[in-house]
Amino acid sequence: MTRRKLVPTLLVHAGVAALVVATLAPLAWLFIMSISSTKDLTTVPLHWLPEHADLSNYLRLMSLAPHSTGQEFLYALRNSLAVSISATAIALLAGVPAAYSFSRFRGRMGLLYAVLGTYMLPPVAFILPLYLAFSALHLLNTVGALVIVYCTILLPFVTWLLKTNFDAVPIEIEQAARLDGAGLLGVIRHVTLPISRAAMGTAALFAVLLAWDEFFYALLYTNDIQAKTLPVAIGDFAAGRAIDYSLISAVGVLASLPPVLIAFFMQKSLIVGLAHGGVKG
Amino acid sequence: MAFVGWRSRDRQAWGLLLPMLAIMLVVTGYPLVSTIRLAFTDTSLVGSHAGVSLVGLANFIHALSDPDFRQAILRSLYFAFVSVGVEVVLGVLVALLLNQKFVGRAFVRTLIVLPWALPTIVNAMMWRLIYNPDFGSWNALLTQLHLIDGYRSWLGDPGTVMNMVILADVWKNYPLVTLIVLAALQVIPQELYQAAALDGAGPWRQFWKITFPEILGPLSVALMLRMIDAFKVFDIIFIMTRGGPADATKTVSFYVYQESFTYLRAGSGAAYAVVVGLMCAILILLYLMLLRRQQRAA
Repeated sequence: MTRRKLVPTLLVHAGVAALVVATLAPLAWLFIMSISSTKDLTTVPLHWLPEHADLSNYLRLMSLAPHSTGQEFLYALRNSLAVSISATAIALLAGVPAAYSFSRFRGRMGLLYAVLGTYMLPPVAFILPLYLAFSALHLLNTVGALVIVYCTILLPFVTWLLKTNFDAVPIEIEQAARLDGAGLLGVIRHVTLPISRAAMGTAALFAVLLAWDEFFYALLYTNDIQAKTLPVAIGDFAAGRAIDYSLISAVGVLASLPPVLIAFFMQKSLIVGLAHGGVKG
Repeated sequence: MAFVGWRSRDRQAWGLLLPMLAIMLVVTGYPLVSTIRLAFTDTSLVGSHAGVSLVGLANFIHALSDPDFRQAILRSLYFAFVSVGVEVVLGVLVALLLNQKFVGRAFVRTLIVLPWALPTIVNAMMWRLIYNPDFGSWNALLTQLHLIDGYRSWLGDPGTVMNMVILADVWKNYPLVTLIVLAALQVIPQELYQAAALDGAGPWRQFWKITFPEILGPLSVALMLRMIDAFKVFDIIFIMTRGGPADATKTVSFYVYQESFTYLRAGSGAAYAVVVGLMCAILILLYLMLLRRQQRAA
């Protein structure tokens, strides 16, 4: 290698090494905390690695004993799963026809931008009336209330992503099906959707990630294990007076597994979504 | 596309939109209008609603003349500008780095998605533990490297707390910028660089003449997206500091939340919310204009 190329190559590798360390260190530390005993974590100067791995935190979380941390965690896990999956399903059901309409019937783009703009407004602009309405309908502290609110977070985004994708589906394929006598909904179901399977997957993944991450509405509209989601439960654990560091780290690791695994293995589709969508932070 | 006559075409278009519009109108349209209406009343979240009366612009006058609220706006702006500024610079630098050839490139590209995928609340909790004043690993690291003399309370000092929260936010969110820029970098034709190199342009000139114009569109969309998000910041603040110490991290979202749900003053809380909403609306309009230009260009 010539000297001219050596310096840039070294710089690139040093940069990459720094990047890898800065990315992995906090994550590794979260995991180490989750398998350390409180004694290991509270020594000064700190020993970075525990003397032996302690998996008792994870075991404690797998318990349904009344009023235990495990019960709180498992219910929150259930609620998070229920809310994310239901809201995503509804968002896709309503988002697919809407996206198709925006893509194939010209002239309503202003409406799409209006919907996108509304959803980007801060939640504080919506929380009070929704709180009063849910309270009047006895929906406070229910998974249903969160599903309703999350739909409005997922819908604009899913619609946008699918619209961009439908734009790329050649219209000629649909016209052939129309000539064979298929109705509009038949064309969408049997022609457009099968071609757009990848985009549907991407939209569903993003929707689940968005719902899994939501905190503000869940904090305001839930108050016990019947409806609290994982982010709210984690907030509670972190706010407790006697914080058990290794236990909340274990909760954090488990709560992160689904989104992190999705991101790790489905990265290609996520990046396509980011590039085309550009509407999720 | 002309399948059918014009009128029934129009009906089909609206029919397909109906489920989405119905949900959005009921669950965002109605509350938005309601919030604006509440802002003109003295509604409280406790007691009966019988005594509610219209108070005109009183809530808005109160909100705009409230020095604490103005402080909160400045804090949100500081958070938004500093965190997004760092995220954009760092995001572009890392994207350029990951666009170079090196062993294990595919793996490292996958790796930087992890912080972005980590739930916001877990990220906040993780950094709160890392910054722990008594036995956090941040203190341990800096002490063992002899960068500081003794353990400090990073989140307990009004002077450092905001920047420490920003650091935690940047760590999680800069990958979004990197991913978007990296996607844009990969479609720049290599011939452009070869031609520029023949003309004697160095890397610095090549970046500003070729790379930057090509990534500017997606980058500005990402920047506005992050800006809107950062201005609304709530989650990470709630978990890491609860607005403290001494209100040093009390941002506008946190302020409105407290006014409405801690002090239970719904009317005045709504007025604060409308003011925050209007400020966001300016950013959102800018964002939508950029997004539309991107769509047209694509």
